[in-house]
Amino acid sequence: MGITRTPTSLTQSSATRGGIGESTLRPDGTLKVTGEFAYSSDLWHEDMLWGYTLRSTVAHAAIVSIDTSEALATSGVYAVLTYDDLPTEVKHYGLEIRDTPVLAHGKVRHHGEPVALVAADHPETARRAAAKIRVEYDALPVITDEASATAPDAVLVHEGRDDHHIGHVPHPNIVHRQPIVRGDADRAAERADVVVSGEYVFGMQDQAFLGPESGLAVPAEDGGVDLYVATQWLHSDLRQIAPVLGLPERKVRMTLSGVGGAFGGREDLSMQIHGCLLALRTGKPVKIVYNRFESFFGHVHRHPARLWYEHGATRNGKLTHVRCRIVLDGGAYASASPAVVGNAASLSIGPYVVEDVDIEALALYTNNPPCGAMRGFGAVQACFAYEAQMDKVAAELGMDPVEFRQVNAMEQGTVMPTGQTVDSPAPVAELLRRVKSRPLPPERQWETTEGADVRALPGGLSNTTHGEGVVRGVGYAVGIKNVGFSEGFDDYSTARVRMQVINGEPVATVHTAMAEVGQGGVTVHAQIARSELGVTQVTIQPADTQVGSAGSTSASRQTYMTGGAVKNTCEAVREKVLDLGRRRFGSYHPAWATAELLLEGGKVVTDGGEALADIADVLEDDVVDLELEFRHRPTQAFDLRTGQGNGHVQYSFAAHRAVVEVDTELGLVKVVELACAQDVGKALNPLSVVGQIQGGTTQGLGVAVMEEIVVDPKTALVRNPSFTDYLIPTILDTPTIPVDVLELADEHAPYGLRGIGEAPTLSSTPAVLAAIRQATGLELNRTPVRPEHLTGS
Amino acid sequence: MRVTFTVNGRPQEADDVWEGESLLYVLRERMGLPGSKNACEQGECGSCTVRLDGVPVCSCLVAAGQVQGRRVDTVEGLAGEDGELSAIQQAFVDAGAVQCGFCTPGLLVAADELLEHNPSPSDGDIREALSGNLCRCTGYEKILDAVRLAAARTGQGV
Repeated sequence: MGITRTPTSLTQSSATRGGIGESTLRPDGTLKVTGEFAYSSDLWHEDMLWGYTLRSTVAHAAIVSIDTSEALATSGVYAVLTYDDLPTEVKHYGLEIRDTPVLAHGKVRHHGEPVALVAADHPETARRAAAKIRVEYDALPVITDEASATAPDAVLVHEGRDDHHIGHVPHPNIVHRQPIVRGDADRAAERADVVVSGEYVFGMQDQAFLGPESGLAVPAEDGGVDLYVATQWLHSDLRQIAPVLGLPERKVRMTLSGVGGAFGGREDLSMQIHGCLLALRTGKPVKIVYNRFESFFGHVHRHPARLWYEHGATRNGKLTHVRCRIVLDGGAYASASPAVVGNAASLSIGPYVVEDVDIEALALYTNNPPCGAMRGFGAVQACFAYEAQMDKVAAELGMDPVEFRQVNAMEQGTVMPTGQTVDSPAPVAELLRRVKSRPLPPERQWETTEGADVRALPGGLSNTTHGEGVVRGVGYAVGIKNVGFSEGFDDYSTARVRMQVINGEPVATVHTAMAEVGQGGVTVHAQIARSELGVTQVTIQPADTQVGSAGSTSASRQTYMTGGAVKNTCEAVREKVLDLGRRRFGSYHPAWATAELLLEGGKVVTDGGEALADIADVLEDDVVDLELEFRHRPTQAFDLRTGQGNGHVQYSFAAHRAVVEVDTELGLVKVVELACAQDVGKALNPLSVVGQIQGGTTQGLGVAVMEEIVVDPKTALVRNPSFTDYLIPTILDTPTIPVDVLELADEHAPYGLRGIGEAPTLSSTPAVLAAIRQATGLELNRTPVRPEHLTGS
Repeated sequence: MRVTFTVNGRPQEADDVWEGESLLYVLRERMGLPGSKNACEQGECGSCTVRLDGVPVCSCLVAAGQVQGRRVDTVEGLAGEDGELSAIQQAFVDAGAVQCGFCTPGLLVAADELLEHNPSPSDGDIREALSGNLCRCTGYEKILDAVRLAAARTGQGV
């Protein structure tokens, strides 16, 4: 258990202290360690009521009747709402397709679907009143997989679809389908000396953010509502909430409260509309806080998937072709499924050069829990499968698996299956070299002078082995993830920056709607403002809907996009400040007119380093205040038949090496070390960058060996909605995670940076699986791996 | 019912407490001390860890009535009266051990207790002591760094 430190090789260049490239500390750190930071579940308002959601106990059924009379008559209950109480004709919401009922109407489509709402003066009163609501269900056949979804007589999960995907899907129980055809896979297969195929299964993972879904809705005097909530994208919520309430968007004022993690699970709405409905109905503030059981039903999960792959290669190790088919289970509602399909298809072959491909990805509508965004979506499932295939092909060829990957690794200039040329650094071979060249942890690393340290062995404190039956394995994987919103989406962020003199000192104020979910965006915004404006004092205003959209805190995009917006607006503010300076002082020094001018250390300086004036003197009583939008370069939709199109903005790469010890008798796995190398373009905050990589790596470890939402295949009921039965890695399960950071600039991106949040979640899982395969010699075509898969019993 | 106990050295009282309420609920909703967190409310995540007569417990699993007359210490009591952060709090900030921060209060209380009886823990000791506290953001590496840092600083008398 060695020590991992933030890499010291990272450059730290900033003329102004606390600027970009420095590991400045979080501005919210002190509040978070004292317990004063206000998360959405901590909010309190005088006279507030507690909301509770009654959810379906069955997965697919017609609703025959709902009787709320006994619940309404309960002392302490202020309101009970069902579908019939919704105030407008807009009764559905959704990220892209508005297919999700605010409250169930006519039928329920998955276990845990919201059916009714209660507001009461105590959370327990609300819960007990909800238990008195009588819902009569009439069971419908349950759609749980591709066979049952696309059978000729299959019940339709959604009848009368009119969304823009229905025209091109082969069956109404398929949300979206994306083929990609490039070259001629059939002809290329004739050149192959070895052909390897496999079928893989990826289990349903939960984001398991620790701060439960929660928020406070406060009715306002103007008939509107103030909503304080934890989310990933305030303006996307707003667009979905306001029409259901029958309010103009300006009367739904949203403020981000403290967010206890997200990882994609807060991209869809949870309690937002419900809380507002109850607040507007009762005229009182309403707080809703899910407990962990409800949280498992309160947000979408990572799509489980079945993946079929065929890889061919020549004897000298060159890939000839890839054929694959990826079937994602989207569950009962669309959520982010179309985008997940696009990612899975376009990134399906991984970071390799293959000219001839035949690819298909699709997402099903079923009665399983809805699935949508989770860190790395679409790319995570594909990476698990294509990396297993790469090991298989290497074994068939008798080649070293890392060397085989390096022989086929993409690089700058490689053309993707979509026809898009990768036009920034793609150091795939180098990342693999770096993780491979690290020294391995010592053999029998559990041995100490006082005997075996069971904490370092499979089984841990259960004390199941002192090394007997324990076999080591080492595995490698590498992955590719897109950064930002793709496929022609108008992806933009807004930043408002104000500069003025306060108490004789220039101060920058940054206002965005960016959801800080823990990633450290607030830290980075302050660093950018310091670097661009030469100030030491930066105020980060709370995120709300009084400023333009910042887009989503997802898709590894926020430092690129809202960071880019802050940079962009700061540059415009700087020009205004310099204009002021030229007007006030231009006649005193020719450099005002001739030199490149910067703001540094509180002064206007020339690019030669000569100070011309104090910023405070330039500004005097003037306030420079600008709000501007920032866009990344446009992308294109993928052709619906061929999958061709410049669909992505930027790519992100990470590689892992996993070292595991497996107790082959009991089927227990101890991951000893999980080393990562990642290209980040430019580390704006090295400490935070390493923290993101380690966190993403650990979520990948979780779905390799323990995390899975188990859904009964017959009833579609969720069997393990708790932290007792859905296990996420503890500090004892998590190994040392040494991180090696590359900084190869992407000239198209602000500061050359690369979105980093998701890539480490991709290759972590297949690296662990590869290591377990090496230790056991087993094929292991599904994740997570459970003890019975290793012992065969 | 009425419940009276000491929180962070100060006597506190809560009225109209329903018998089913947890210590966590009373701290958060009745005493204005929301620092202890409600991540799972079933004793699995450690986010609500407080010390009950010095012993770390999940406050979600303690019925409020059980605390009558006893001593409770929460994350809000770690910093000094003047607001100065304790060694473990400062180390969490400095080491980058805080991301979303929802697990942080529970980890701080657990780590504080560890360092109290084991001022220079091995990595294995740290992992064992904190194994009841889930963190979803950090991968735990910076949390280990923070505990090592606090131990080192305290050992040097800083």
